[in-house]
Amino acid sequence: MDAIKYLDPSVQFILFSVLKIVFVFGVTMTAVAYAVLVERKISAWIQDRPGPNRTAPFFVQFIPVLGPWLTRLGIFQPMADGLKFILKEDFTPSYVRTIYFWVAPAIACVPALLTMAVIPFGSQIGGEKMVIADLNVGILYTFGIVSLGVYGIVLAGYASNSKYPFLGSIRSSAQMISYELAMGLSVVPIFMLVGDLNLSSVITYQADHGWNILKQPVSFIIFLIAAFAETNRLPFDLPESETELVGGYHTEYSSMKFALFFLGEYAAMIAASAMMVTLFLGGWTLPGLSDPASSLLGGLLHIVIFGAKMGVFMVIFIWVRWMLPRFRYDQLMDLGWRRFIPLALANILVTALVVAFTNK
Amino acid sequence: MSTKVVDRSPLTFYESTYLPALLGGLKVTTRHAWNTLVKGKTVTMEYPEQKWVVPEGYRGAPYLVKDQEGATKCVSCQLCEFVCPPKAIRITPPGPNGQKADRTNAEKMPQEFEINMLRCIFCGLCQEVCPEEAIFLQKDYSLTGESRAEMIFNKEKLLKLGGTHAGIQKWKHKLDEAKEQEVFPVATE
Repeated sequence: MDAIKYLDPSVQFILFSVLKIVFVFGVTMTAVAYAVLVERKISAWIQDRPGPNRTAPFFVQFIPVLGPWLTRLGIFQPMADGLKFILKEDFTPSYVRTIYFWVAPAIACVPALLTMAVIPFGSQIGGEKMVIADLNVGILYTFGIVSLGVYGIVLAGYASNSKYPFLGSIRSSAQMISYELAMGLSVVPIFMLVGDLNLSSVITYQADHGWNILKQPVSFIIFLIAAFAETNRLPFDLPESETELVGGYHTEYSSMKFALFFLGEYAAMIAASAMMVTLFLGGWTLPGLSDPASSLLGGLLHIVIFGAKMGVFMVIFIWVRWMLPRFRYDQLMDLGWRRFIPLALANILVTALVVAFTNK
Repeated sequence: MSTKVVDRSPLTFYESTYLPALLGGLKVTTRHAWNTLVKGKTVTMEYPEQKWVVPEGYRGAPYLVKDQEGATKCVSCQLCEFVCPPKAIRITPPGPNGQKADRTNAEKMPQEFEINMLRCIFCGLCQEVCPEEAIFLQKDYSLTGESRAEMIFNKEKLLKLGGTHAGIQKWKHKLDEAKEQEVFPVATE
């Protein structure tokens, strides 16, 4: 390991960045696969079903006790799901605009993964900060990338050349643009308090002054609900709405192209959870564990804490799906424009006044 | 027809915050998740491990039955073969010099009795038409095999699956009736 120290700093930087990218990408992909499983399991439990409990590779049955138990939990289901997506026929209808049709899934999937780059997922391991890119404009970058997510969906709807995907993509563009506004406004008070756009310093601030969820509950609620709208999750899944639009923007897609949309949706959920944890729940800190770790174990512990907090949000995302019926389109727009945006603006004003008068 | 006027009064402030809907949803979903996870109440029946209780009178697969002495009841009359709507039954009679029946009160029994379970529609006409009460629709509903040939059940297999039908003793009752008629005056109820 000493050999690394004698390397050129730029080589070190590249090496560590590649390692972190591989780690974050790998963990995110695994998390996506298992988020699908968790979604299926929780859905099942809420609907009085046991959920996926059969799939297992043949050798698992020879493991005593543990094997059947894991099978019953559906641990091997994501592998079967992934295999199914790869092996399915990749069908391209004759009437689509082929190039856009091919590009759309990639465009839908990539932004969600890119947002993960600025999120500090741990304190440090061996002096190396656990964030891929410690940008000083982290949150701006995030909003810039997240707003690209809509293009994949719009392009999918346009390229499919079919009415349901088209309706879905129109709804999606309107919805995502409206809620991006509320989302952007809701985080402004956070940065008024912190005084920095860097996400690592947001976490440092929270470690010193207490979590932002306690100081800015209104911001948190607006951000949470806007995140549901941005990730097209129920109760705001109008772009997909199976019951009205068949499958919405991905109606014409099959096989891995469909899987990319799926992956994009779940990656967006994970990114949104990570964002909320960073902005409102103190990131990788816990009261008493908020100093950057000096040992390897401490560094790993911080990553685990971050993952656990994200997991809580993922469960909330999934749970809410069964709590509320889908909003009507006008109700959705009403909620976004006539309630959240004024509320977010009022929140900014109040925070500004408080910050001004407490002469920070 | 009485009409019921649905209350559509505008939402109160509390209702318009969506909080009651949220809390209601939370309550319902939590209750269901709790019942499934902790109390283990699921509506799913996990089929191969758990099975239905097949009700009396269920029309499953038709099998041949034996009498109390373990003898073949079928007398190879071929009525079931003629009545079978999908032509699933094929009987090979023993012929003039063939095998004799293995019980009294019968002249012959089939040399071979085949039911093609791929064709059988479980209608029960064979059971209805059988004068010897030798074939019954039983409770098997899930017949599987690896080939078409395997799904044609022969006499041996049908008799093995059918077992002994204890309830029906046609010839015993006939014998009793005949004995009663030998006594005079005939006992009347």
